[in-house]
Amino acid sequence: MKYIEEYRDRELILRLAAKIAKTAKGKYSFMEVCGGHTSAIHRFGIPSLLPQEINLISGPGCPVCVTGTDFIDKAILYSQRADVIIVTFGDLIRVPGSYSSLEKEKLKGADVRIVFSGLEALNIARSNEDKTVIFLGIGFETTAPGTAVTIRQAEEDGLVNFLLLSAHKVMPPVMEALVMEGVNINGFICPGHVAAITGSHIFNFLAEKYHLGCVVSGFEPADILQSVLMLVRQINLNSPAVEIQYTRAVTYSGNSLAQNQLSEVFEYSDADWRGFGTIPGSGLTLRKKYEKFDAEKRIPLSVGFHNENPNCICGNILRGLKKPDDCSLLGKSCTPENPIGACMVSAEGACNSYFKYYRNE
Amino acid sequence: MNELVSLNHGSGGKQANELIRNLFTRKFGMPDPLTDSAVLKENGFTLAFTTDSYVVDPLFFPGGNIGKLAVCGTVNDLSVSGAIPKYISASFIIEEGFPRNDLEIIADSMAEEAEDAGVRIVTGDTKVVEKGKCDKLFITTAGTGFIKPGYEHISFGEKIRSGDKLIVNGPIGNHAIAVLGARNNLNFSSSVLSDCASLNHMIQSVLDKSDQVHFMRDITRGGLAAVLYELVRISMKGMNIDEISIPVDEPVRGLCEVLGFDPCYLANEGKILLVAGEDEYEKILSVLRSHPLGVNSEVIGSVVDDRKGNVVLNTKNGGRRNLDVPSGIQLPRIC
Repeated sequence: MKYIEEYRDRELILRLAAKIAKTAKGKYSFMEVCGGHTSAIHRFGIPSLLPQEINLISGPGCPVCVTGTDFIDKAILYSQRADVIIVTFGDLIRVPGSYSSLEKEKLKGADVRIVFSGLEALNIARSNEDKTVIFLGIGFETTAPGTAVTIRQAEEDGLVNFLLLSAHKVMPPVMEALVMEGVNINGFICPGHVAAITGSHIFNFLAEKYHLGCVVSGFEPADILQSVLMLVRQINLNSPAVEIQYTRAVTYSGNSLAQNQLSEVFEYSDADWRGFGTIPGSGLTLRKKYEKFDAEKRIPLSVGFHNENPNCICGNILRGLKKPDDCSLLGKSCTPENPIGACMVSAEGACNSYFKYYRNE
Repeated sequence: MNELVSLNHGSGGKQANELIRNLFTRKFGMPDPLTDSAVLKENGFTLAFTTDSYVVDPLFFPGGNIGKLAVCGTVNDLSVSGAIPKYISASFIIEEGFPRNDLEIIADSMAEEAEDAGVRIVTGDTKVVEKGKCDKLFITTAGTGFIKPGYEHISFGEKIRSGDKLIVNGPIGNHAIAVLGARNNLNFSSSVLSDCASLNHMIQSVLDKSDQVHFMRDITRGGLAAVLYELVRISMKGMNIDEISIPVDEPVRGLCEVLGFDPCYLANEGKILLVAGEDEYEKILSVLRSHPLGVNSEVIGSVVDDRKGNVVLNTKNGGRRNLDVPSGIQLPRIC
């Protein structure tokens, strides 16, 4: 496969790994913020290629994992209404809320459908005029433009039975929150797909204000190893900066078309993150112009106190404070079949990857 | 709360196993290990007996249809047990309003496939249910065949040893991708055909030439990963797999990248995993490769003594990790 195999070339990978081992002086901790990176790192067995001095920590970039229990509880309440069809991306249906999950509600008769795109959700709305279709919007700057296009299409088509429950989030505020909390890292492997939309400049503050290394990375094994090497060099030279490794997709200023769609439809708002609580300005909410598509405005509901397993350390894992094997539930009561925390649900979740690929190492 | 059956229980993975082992086989008093066919000894003969239901959606897909699948699937379940398939039954649950024309096409495919495979469809049943009470058409087939003396061990994997080689008879994942492409909701079209085929002649040609076939299993729901874990369970050994040698066609690999699937978990309908004794694996490989359905056979790894209970994947790019047990729903109604 062109543009993929080149970045999985064994010789190249082993050469990069050897170069990292040679360049590393002392210990380094880098955080991959993006769930796509977490999943790629484990799928390609990257930890087995890195010297022990280099520690990769997963951060809060798996959209399913950081979605708060409140959001799941709301989606469940909506799904229990006979006139509602819930439309969502796959993983979300298995995330446990306080008392149930969308998957369990589906077994009991709720109409919950899995789609691969927002536009597919519009088709469901068109062919079910007697029902209200609620699309669960999750994801970062990467998926939010797709939701923006969906909302604009719904507006253009005059669809009145299509609503959005948004848990869309943006990346920089949570990265700043991590740093403010004192997470112990030397730099970030920055999310390549987010940066393809926003441009790499959104990470500048991390290097300038907090003196942290930043490399915007692609998702193939050679990309990730090259990014680690670039970070090691930045730290060795004590010159943290924002560098782009993923030059085939990312520029300094990003994709202006997608940025315009985003800002046309969404505005920043405070958002609830699993493990962090509310982070100001870290969410995306529909602008007033589009609020007729806002599920929470059209069908207001309130969820009670939420209920989480006190032994689940997902929150601390997302904050880079703990690793999956620190958890007493992992592999015992918490498995991909019976996830207790969201990090076990998604293929991009740190616990899920750990459980799948390393539990018997 | 009374637990409800979910689609996960039909996935061929962990939950499906749990349901089968903790509910059905326990109540029916069926012995472990569970094999693709029951192996029954009666009056000096060893009989293999199997059954399978087909609910694939859509009924017609590139490279086959539900009828062809229903024959191949049962023929293959018998063949991988080391049996020569002989007789098949076919039961139809048809939704009211189903086009008779389609039923004729499906029955023709079944007749044709049975003839090619050298089996006879000898009994069956037909039920029609009200509209909405089943989805168009479900088929159940059962089949029997004889196992020649000396082949009884194959289904139980009694002769598996470390050093044995693991062989697949060609590229994996084509059936799942073909069926998925035929569904309209994903909006992709591809040239990928289902690998749906009766493998009994190919398997027989191997068994005729070598007595070192230590185990076979058809790679259906749950994909290669499910079969490898089954193998780990019954042999109590470890499996060492080289990702680079697992055959995957280019379009399948590409679509897997786009859709986020791993070919190791995708269903096939014309692929087996064969465990070959170390001394004769080259011979077995060349017999497989000389058959049209095994031209692209490859050795993908070996049985090892260390890392018992694990399937270790040496990734293409030089890394190493576990290949995970398939769990939860991969893709519903693929067969």
